[in-house]
Formats: sequence, C-alpha cells, structure tokens
Amino acid sequence: MNQDVVNIAGQSETATGVRLVHRITRLLPDEGPLRVALMGGIGLSSIVVFWQLVCSVFGIPHYLVPSPIDVVEAIRRDWALLASNAVPTITEAFLGFLIGNFVAIAVAISFVYNKIIQEMYYPGAILIKTIPIVAIAPVLKIMLGNGIEPKVAVAALICFFPTLVNAVRGFTAVSPNLLELMHVLSASKTEVFRYVRLYGALPYVFSALKISVTMCVLGAIVGEWIGANKGIGYVLIQSMYDFDTPRLFATILTASGIAIAGFAIVSVLEKLVITWDPGETV
Amino acid sequence: MNRVVQPKPEYWAEAGSAASAIQLAGINVTFGSGNKKVEAIANIDLNVSQGEFVSLIGHSGCGKSTLLRVIADIIKPTRGSALIYGESPDMARRARTFSMVFQQSVLMPWSTVLENVRLPFKVGSRNLQSSSQAMDAVEALRLVELDGFATAKPAELSGGMRQRVAIARALVTKPRILLMDEPFGALDELVRDTLNVELLKIWRKAGTTIVFVTHSLHEAVFLSQRVVVMSRRPSHIEGIMEVDLPSERTLDLKDDPRIGAQVAQLRSMLDAG
Ligand SMILES: Nc1ncnc2c1ncn2[C@@H]1O[C@H](COP(=O)(O)OP(=O)(O)O)[C@@H](O)[C@H]1O
Ligand SMILES: [Mg+2]
Repeated sequence: MNQDVVNIAGQSETATGVRLVHRITRLLPDEGPLRVALMGGIGLSSIVVFWQLVCSVFGIPHYLVPSPIDVVEAIRRDWALLASNAVPTITEAFLGFLIGNFVAIAVAISFVYNKIIQEMYYPGAILIKTIPIVAIAPVLKIMLGNGIEPKVAVAALICFFPTLVNAVRGFTAVSPNLLELMHVLSASKTEVFRYVRLYGALPYVFSALKISVTMCVLGAIVGEWIGANKGIGYVLIQSMYDFDTPRLFATILTASGIAIAGFAIVSVLEKLVITWDPGETV
Repeated sequence: MNRVVQPKPEYWAEAGSAASAIQLAGINVTFGSGNKKVEAIANIDLNVSQGEFVSLIGHSGCGKSTLLRVIADIIKPTRGSALIYGESPDMARRARTFSMVFQQSVLMPWSTVLENVRLPFKVGSRNLQSSSQAMDAVEALRLVELDGFATAKPAELSGGMRQRVAIARALVTKPRILLMDEPFGALDELVRDTLNVELLKIWRKAGTTIVFVTHSLHEAVFLSQRVVVMSRRPSHIEGIMEVDLPSERTLDLKDDPRIGAQVAQLRSMLDAG
C-alpha cells in the first residue's frame, strides 16, 4: 500500500492529491465511530468543494444551481423564515409519527391475538400500501380540510405500513424454543406476549421506526404541498415559484436536518431500550 | 446385574402413594397424514419409578425427543396413554409436576439471569411462588453455583453457564420430575463432565425423578440407573439396561472400565435395533 505514497516527487497533480489523502487518513484512528464520522466528513467536504468549484469556474447562474456559498448565504438570510416554518412541519410529522406507529402496533397486536383477523385484514393492508401516498393526499384534504389534520394523516399513513409489517414479523418471529418453554410453563397468551413477543419484536419495531421517522417528514411535506400556507412544504413550493433556488436548497437542507434529528433521537432510544444482542440466541 | 441402591431421597414434593412417576402405555406418535405420514413412535410401554434416573438413547431421529415431548404435554400421542403420578400430562403440566431442560438453554436474552430463573413464577400458576413448594430463585442459582451471576445477562455467560441457568430455572419450582432433552449435547466434553457430576449431586440431594435424553452412550451409563434403548424409527423399546455402578459417582469413575463394558453392551443393543 505504500506504492501510492512513495510516488516520486514532481509527478502529476493527482499523485500529490493521493499523497495528501493518505497522509490525512493515516492521522485518523484505524476504525470506530470517530473514523466513520471523520472519513464521511472528508468525503462530504470534497463534494461541497467540487460543487463550489464547478459553479465558480463555469459561472453557473445561481437560480439554476446555487453554489454552496449561495446556499449558506440563503440560510443566513432566511434563517427566521425557515425556523418558523419548520415548527408546523415538525409538529405534523411528529403527530403523524405517533399516531401512525401507535395504530400500526395496535393492529399488529390484534393480529397476534387473533389469527383470523390477521388472515382477513393483513392482505388488504398490504394492498393499500401499494397505492402511492401522493395519490391519497388529495382525498385526505377533501375529507379533513385545510388545517393540520390532512398533513398529520398523510404522515401517519406513511408511517403505518413499515411499522405494521415489521411489528407483525417481530411478534411472530419468536424463537420456537421459547414458545415451547412458555407452553411447558403453562403461560397464557398474554403472558407469552408480555414476556416474550414484546421483547422479540422490539428490534423489528425499532428498524421500522427508523424508517418511519424520516418518512413522516416526507409525509408532512407532501401534505403541505396539497394546500398549506405555512410549513417546509409551503416554503419549497413558494421558493420554486419565486425562482429563489438558493432558498429552495436551504429549505431542502432544513427538511433533511429535521429527518436526521428524528433518526438520531430514535437511534439513541433504540440503544437505550435494546440492551441485548438481538441476533444472538442464548 | 445388581439393582442400583436408591439414593436416600429428600423429596421436594409429597411423595404420594404412587411408586410410579411416569407410566407410558401403548404410546404411538404419527406426524402428518396421507403420504406425508411419519410414524415416529410405533409402540412404547415404559414405567419410570419415583426418584429414578432413566436415560433414553437411540439413533438420531428415532423419536427420543418426541417421547419426552409426549410426557411434557407438548405433543399428544396418536394412541396410547401417558400418566404422570396418575394424572394426564396436561394436568401435570399445570400443576408444575415436571420441568423441562432443552438442548439450547432457551433463556430470554433481554432478561438477567435471576429474572430468567424467576420466569416460572411470573407465568402460569403464579400462586406457586408463595407456596412452600417452590424455592427461592437465588437458592436455585446457588444450587448450580451461579449465585454470583444473578444480575448478568445471558450473553455474558459461557454455554455451560447458560445451561446451568436453564437447570436452575427448571429446579426453582422443585419439580417432582425433570425432563432433559440432550441438555449437555451442545457443550464441550470437559464442561459436560463437570455438569454431569453436578447434576448427579443435585439429583441425589433432591430425590427428583429424571428422564434424560442423550446421544452419548457414555453419558447415559455414567448418569443413569437404567438406560432405555430405542430402536430406529418407527421406534419401540429395543431393551433396557440396568446400570451396574456404585451409587456414589465421581469424575474419576468416568474412566472406569465398567463403564466401557456397559457402553459396548449398549452399542450392541443399538445395532440390533
Ligand atoms: N412436528 C413434527 N412434524 C413432523 N415430523 C416430526 C415432528 N417432530 C419430529 N418429527 C419426526 O419424528 C422423528 C423423530 O424425531 P425426534 O423425536 O426429534 O428424534 P430424536 O430421537 O433425534 O430426538 C423424526 O423423523 C422427525 O423428523
Ligand atoms: Mg432430539
């Protein structure tokens, strides 16, 4: 691996670049989260620098593709606007997240308790999932009006399916050995649920929550597109009409910031709740 | 061959009048139907006396686990009757007359060792906990020499230690019968030897009846008073060997030539089946 580094001086510019990268990466720890974060950071920065270079060198107008500097400028300018419009979106997404996941887990539990209900309604639930969420949004607007309700509903709906599917899988993916043990101990259905299925399902539910926490932001934004006068979705549409591309980019960053924050919160919760290794059978 | 002298038992449960702990008569187990029909057990009659240590051996797939599961009320026999102290397996299960230990320790990975041992008190007939019949979970852990690991999670333990936890969980209700399905089959030989000796100690102290499935002829001879040899599927009992060894069995007995001779005898019985 030293061949790259031992390049003779005075060679091409890329060789210098390679040497520089090598020198930097050798300063970093060999593995672990610090390296993952730093290497990711370096990669991301390189893209931002490249993007800035392309915009400056080719003189691309900022209403077509804003440079990173334009975007930072827009964030600084529109900070208050973005923050105040993030609040309704976060509220809608959060409520949708709570309602969608709560209903999904409740339905999954009813499936576990009653096989017949599962046989009757699970296929239907999967079928509904195939309808694109953007196609349902207008219906929800007609039914629920112009307030926060249709946005929450879209966010809830988008959370519902991944959690339903994963929770059903989790509740039923219990080790048959444990079920046999519980049978020998004459445990009731509720006891099996409380002591075995619930814990067995938690890792599955958390993987679903990590998906749905980012999806609910998407759901809220889609809901806002159908009709709203505030929120991230509203700012996106407005910026598009105004040809204010730097603000559009700043808004996109805000949306993804919300999703990342949600993801981080759920990940921390997962670490706190799941203190065992779900992959290991003991 | 000499009948092994019964150890002086300190029965955990009221002995009752029945001298027979388990009575199996004409047991047949057939899985599935049509051309997917698998007759696992053809016809088995077997009596196990109270306080006895009986091993079941046989070729893989001959129905050892199936027979144990019939006793444990996990599967119902297709024909025949199983009685546990004169009761149906279903009633015996509800009364916690027996406990079962599997080849895997089957612990809840999310719970501590102590919580795992307490599981039998949390589910099923919970009133057992208050009754004098049960023992304290910490006491059960002490019995398997794991009292220092009460707050550990199963993942922190070795395979042998996990199996000891499983045994503690089985013992905590002071069952009159312990059903063990290759409990040490997944452990390495050294650990298995140690646990063999410990199990005998517990058995002697508790006076509980043990039905022990194993594929190790050596283990069967070392542990048991009687070894039941099952034929190939569909199985019947090929023969029963009374083990001729002193009732006090320590580790050094493992290499005793008497064991070798009896293992050879079992092997010839197996080959006949
Ligand atoms: N639930 C089941 N359904 C169908 N066949 C089974 C079932 N359980 C066991 N068998 C079959 O019955 C036979 C005996 O199995 P088992 O009792 O597990 O054997 P072993 O003596 O190895 O413990 C095997 O052929 C097995 O495939
Ligand atoms: Mg088996």
